[in-house]
Amino acid sequence: MSLIPQFIPKFVLETRVEVSNKWVILSPIIAIILTLFSGIIIFSLMGKDPLLALYTFFIQPVTTLFGVTELLVKATPLVLIGVGLAIGFKANVWNIGAEGQFTMGAIFGGGAALLCNNIESYLVLPFVLLLGILGGAFWGAIPAFFKTRFNANEILTSLMLSYIAVLFLSYLVHGPWRDPGGFNFPESQLFSDYAMLPVLVENSRLNLGSVFAILVVLLGWILIARSIIGFQLRVVGLAPAAAHYAGFKHSGLVWLSFTISGGLAGLAGIAEVSGPIGQLLPSVSPGYGFTAIIVAFLGRLHPVGVLFASLVMALSYIGGENAQIEIGLPAAVTGLFQGVLLFFLLACDVLVRYRIKSSSFISGKRS
Amino acid sequence: MDLLPVILTIITASTPLLLAATGELITEKSGVLNLGVEGMMLIGAIAAFATAVSTGSALLAILAGAFSGALVASIFAVLTLIFLANQVATGLALTIFGVGLSALIGSNFVGVALEPLPKLNVDGLSTIPILGKILFNHDVLVYLSFGMIFLVGWFLSKTRAGLILRAVGESHDSAHALGYSIITVRYLAVIFGGFMSGLGGSYLSLVYTPLWAENMTAGRGWIALALVVFGTWRAGRVAFGAYLFGTITILQLHVQGWGINIASQFMTMLPYIATIVVLVLISRDKGRIRMNAPQCIGKPFHPSK
Repeated sequence: MSLIPQFIPKFVLETRVEVSNKWVILSPIIAIILTLFSGIIIFSLMGKDPLLALYTFFIQPVTTLFGVTELLVKATPLVLIGVGLAIGFKANVWNIGAEGQFTMGAIFGGGAALLCNNIESYLVLPFVLLLGILGGAFWGAIPAFFKTRFNANEILTSLMLSYIAVLFLSYLVHGPWRDPGGFNFPESQLFSDYAMLPVLVENSRLNLGSVFAILVVLLGWILIARSIIGFQLRVVGLAPAAAHYAGFKHSGLVWLSFTISGGLAGLAGIAEVSGPIGQLLPSVSPGYGFTAIIVAFLGRLHPVGVLFASLVMALSYIGGENAQIEIGLPAAVTGLFQGVLLFFLLACDVLVRYRIKSSSFISGKRS
Repeated sequence: MDLLPVILTIITASTPLLLAATGELITEKSGVLNLGVEGMMLIGAIAAFATAVSTGSALLAILAGAFSGALVASIFAVLTLIFLANQVATGLALTIFGVGLSALIGSNFVGVALEPLPKLNVDGLSTIPILGKILFNHDVLVYLSFGMIFLVGWFLSKTRAGLILRAVGESHDSAHALGYSIITVRYLAVIFGGFMSGLGGSYLSLVYTPLWAENMTAGRGWIALALVVFGTWRAGRVAFGAYLFGTITILQLHVQGWGINIASQFMTMLPYIATIVVLVLISRDKGRIRMNAPQCIGKPFHPSK
């Protein structure tokens, strides 16, 4: 049992009376800087020139207008999902299955698009988007139902549902929804122009979806900061007992969190297939649903923060692609960076709630 | 139909689940919820595979898998126990980190083939018809998985150290007041969890496939987490659950061989659907969960509070 004292330097954490607003902002910035430093170490270990690698990863991708639009294209789904997750995480409702809700949104909306492929009407797109949102909300409602009715852990059920959704999409594009004229590739038909989100900047993939993302940030901000529901979410998250005495219904908030975050993930999913992709493929997401979890924390569970955090994480995606092409880095580096960033963030966050005091006592013995 | 090969593959499919769930059981009994099992298994899988390919030693490979699992678990331990980070968020970070790091290391090992671990033949016993094959003709990790879950069950219910571990998980304030070091106990429990998850991952890459593929755990870490709930934090029931899920995994592989025509994707879904079903069935009884779940699970310990 004498293993630990050497591990803990002589300091104690003193609980702050109020959370430190300064550290709420500083912590993600420090975490990003620390991640960049570990990037230098990782790149050096891999035998690459670290500064060149950092440049190709984080700067070169956004030196062209096309690069900037691609950054926004990748940030859009992260914003949409991240705002929804932030709402739930505030109330300690852990929706980990956004990847599945994203996929279900793509399936429902994409199915609608395929169904309407011969209809030339401007009503097709709203119908497609609506079904996408419904698909995601439906897939999010399942863990909410199991949680509120049967007390089943929402982390595990929502995650399992992600695997199911991805397999279901794979079944559809390999089977009933495969394009008959597609040379046997597991792909659906291309969506008609009436089912596609209009492009905003010529010769780019930037589309109306990014405008939705901005609107969702504004609406999410109003919901969290200015509405009674947002107040209840925060109270449930910070002081469950107080929320109970105040008569806030926890099950209602679970439903609300899951349908909102599921619906937004569904919107992100349909915006992806009706936007940059344009058809259904066996895989429609490079892990947006999981990256959005990091986005929510990095953005301090605040919609405006989520917007900035999404840009950072989107940069890690296009930086990873660029570094793969330019200097042959494996694509997996992106995932590693994302994990390291979240570790640093969680470590820095200790300063939000606690103050470090040096102590003459050995920790663990006295407090 | 010959049942023997089916039974043998069920044992192979259940072992990684049992190994990982055994570790998580101890971690959760100490009051810590580590959602990073999937990540630790992946790290264990690639560490074991890389070691086996480069050294050719099965023993070194198993050790590398187990200790690398323990190593990444210590990151989790430091963040949650010393930096008091949110356990749910840190566990997720561990999984994301594990997926990324294992894929990065593994990019050099895709497509490399490996001899599976040798079977331990016991003279005289392994040659008994049928029973000999089922009981006495496995690799070392299968026996270890049985030994460890038995040991953990005994440790938790019969030893003083097990009692301390449970006390820390049930009420950290009381255990602290009695003079036990909460951080030390939990630190060791988390490390043990990582060690076992690493072993589970090693089994996948050394025996089950035996190949390296990105994300090869395919949710088994999450299923192991569900198994601990399914087993209501009791060793025997956790072992039963692991074998139940191993059976489901294998049955879906055989169903198509039996002439039942269902798209493969639906069969692959089965373990995930089964996980949801058993979670719902077990959790339905709120009182039972409250009776059995460690009371302090997921709560950070800070003595000044």
